[in-house]
Amino acid sequence: MKSLMLTAALCLAASGALAGKAFVSNERGNTITVLDTDSWEVIAEFEGGNRPRGITLSPDGALLYVCASDDDTVRVFDTETYEELYTLPSGPDPELFVLDRSGSPLYIANEDDNLVTVTDTQSHTILAEVPVGVEPEGMAISPDHNWVVNTSETTNMAHFISTEDYQIKHNILVDQRPRYAEYLDDGTRLFVSSEIGGTVSVIDIAEDGTPTLSRKIGFEVPGVLPEWLQPVGVKATSDGSRIFVALGPANRVAVIDGTSLEVLDYIMVGQRVWQMAFTPGEEFLVTTNGNSNDITVIDVAAEKAIKSVQVGQQPWGVAITPN
Amino acid sequence: MTKRFASPLAAAALAVTACLGAPAAEAVEVRAGVLRVDYPALLPISRYDARPEDLDFAGATLADEDNATTGSFLGHTYETETVATPPEGALAALETMLESGIRYVVVDAQAGDLLALADRAAEAGALVLNASAPDGGLRGAECRANLLHIAPSFAMKADAVAQFAVWKKWPRWLLVSGSNPEDRALAEAYRRAAKKFGAKIVEEREFEDTGGARRTDTGHALVQRQLPTFLQRTEEHDLVIAADATDYFAAYLPYHLWTPRPVMGSAGLRPVTMHGAHEAWGATQFQTRFERLARRHVTEEDYNTWLALRVLGEAVTRTGSDDPAELEAYIVSDAFELAAFKGQKVTFRDWNGQMRQPILLYDDRITVSVSPQEGFLHQVSPLDTLGLDRPESDCTAFQ
Repeated sequence: MKSLMLTAALCLAASGALAGKAFVSNERGNTITVLDTDSWEVIAEFEGGNRPRGITLSPDGALLYVCASDDDTVRVFDTETYEELYTLPSGPDPELFVLDRSGSPLYIANEDDNLVTVTDTQSHTILAEVPVGVEPEGMAISPDHNWVVNTSETTNMAHFISTEDYQIKHNILVDQRPRYAEYLDDGTRLFVSSEIGGTVSVIDIAEDGTPTLSRKIGFEVPGVLPEWLQPVGVKATSDGSRIFVALGPANRVAVIDGTSLEVLDYIMVGQRVWQMAFTPGEEFLVTTNGNSNDITVIDVAAEKAIKSVQVGQQPWGVAITPN
Repeated sequence: MTKRFASPLAAAALAVTACLGAPAAEAVEVRAGVLRVDYPALLPISRYDARPEDLDFAGATLADEDNATTGSFLGHTYETETVATPPEGALAALETMLESGIRYVVVDAQAGDLLALADRAAEAGALVLNASAPDGGLRGAECRANLLHIAPSFAMKADAVAQFAVWKKWPRWLLVSGSNPEDRALAEAYRRAAKKFGAKIVEEREFEDTGGARRTDTGHALVQRQLPTFLQRTEEHDLVIAADATDYFAAYLPYHLWTPRPVMGSAGLRPVTMHGAHEAWGATQFQTRFERLARRHVTEEDYNTWLALRVLGEAVTRTGSDDPAELEAYIVSDAFELAAFKGQKVTFRDWNGQMRQPILLYDDRITVSVSPQEGFLHQVSPLDTLGLDRPESDCTAFQ
């Protein structure tokens, strides 16, 4: 996503200067909260459909895609007017998705149906349905567009789907309940978080895309029961030097050195931290804290939490415009 | 992180199971059985508690689907045979399963029958997974090396209730128990729990089971007059603990007390492994899958059976083996972990084959709380604050 920022910035510059916006899906409140990424003030809140979870933006920042899980659809909103423009066919119970950086297709995890649905965002049609493991959730695209990775929470695998024929070519077993997958920008590595296993699996990717599980990263915080160290969201800086891991009910984000893969620090954030997104330029990292109904803004360079802001009920995901 | 392989069934699995990555994909055909023993019983107090015909079996079907989906990526297939039998046909039913080559049997039966079945299975080198019997003895002196307990013991459930009561600062209990042996065993678990967590049973009353129909047209009218007088003139108490394992009176307690107090245990706030309204930790997905398949809500029995077969599936997935001894060794090892929609992994006690798991406290509509409660700590796992701990165990079969 980061490689697009330049072109996106040029597009937006042409249409007039815009403040950055962060969109937060509130799973329980059924709303989307909009924040200004300069002032970190809430500037709007609008209806997001039933049980909004996965959330992402079109490459130009004009369209907001929301998995309305209980509506069995993806809702598409205008990021200026917040009007719902149309819905996309998603298959049942869409939870999380990933958008190809060209803007289409959208790869959607259907949690109830053991499927990944591939939806064309231009023609609004389903291109393919790929059978995967039980309770698919995490989704990632390799930087070369050749692979889509899905993690299945009950099967405990990362499935590597070829974007050429939508067939699974590789499966890697990871620890219990894999929630999220994140490639490094250079495509050499994939991180998969296991919420109940309490680990992040490090999967090395060969030139031809072949994955190999190389190690697992564990976590330890004095005074916090190991059972509550539950990795969910993972974000890597574009240079790969830092990996941030949201630790759920441990209320912390782990900071991992991209080279040594050692945990350097734990940043205190709000309660039950799940998903995260960088602001353009990776100045800030925003976390969604489902039990304290807020987001935390982390200063990436300082590796410190600088602010928390109340949003709607049970914030789940966050997407930030590429201004 | 010492690895302990306790079962005499289990000899040499260490090297295979300790590895980090997945085993090479080789075809494995896993055939399991679910053996449900149906005992003659009176109808339950509530129609809601009627036993569906596919009790346990619906859970098995879902587990087969879940395991098969995972197995499809590894070349593993799963097939589970389900049999319901009266008690006198249980051994013959097991015999048929063993003859057909089945070496994993999930059993829903009372303790005595369970032990007889486990002993026969042991002769054939088969592993038995206990999906229902809560008796302490099965986890203690009567434990068996080829018998793993998915169902929690009376002690685990009593401790789950006790922790919540203590967390609430409601330490004075009136214990009202039934007169059947199972009810008395459950009452004893509450006495132990009170002592363990610093609560006090200020008084006990036993409500005698006089037999007869549990559901009659005007049963509630009679109960409305009988129960309050039965519960008059007690010591001051914060809470009523009901120990009615045989389901003949506890359901009436909550609104027919003399002194208005909350009821916990066999009525009111009940300790369960799962219920159809539990949604936390991704359980909604489990409920949706189950309901689509069975067209009804899940019961504890279904969940326990599902979990038993998922334990088996997880062990096969990680080891690539279908050898009962090797799988059991893996299951009771430190390497085993399984997500079960309980917010933390479930594992096994290597000293008696009991699964560690959180217990949901359920008011018949929602999950009110989940034990272990905050602040109850243990040097190994907070889950070991529920039920008998290693030093208290007199099980020797796993040594």
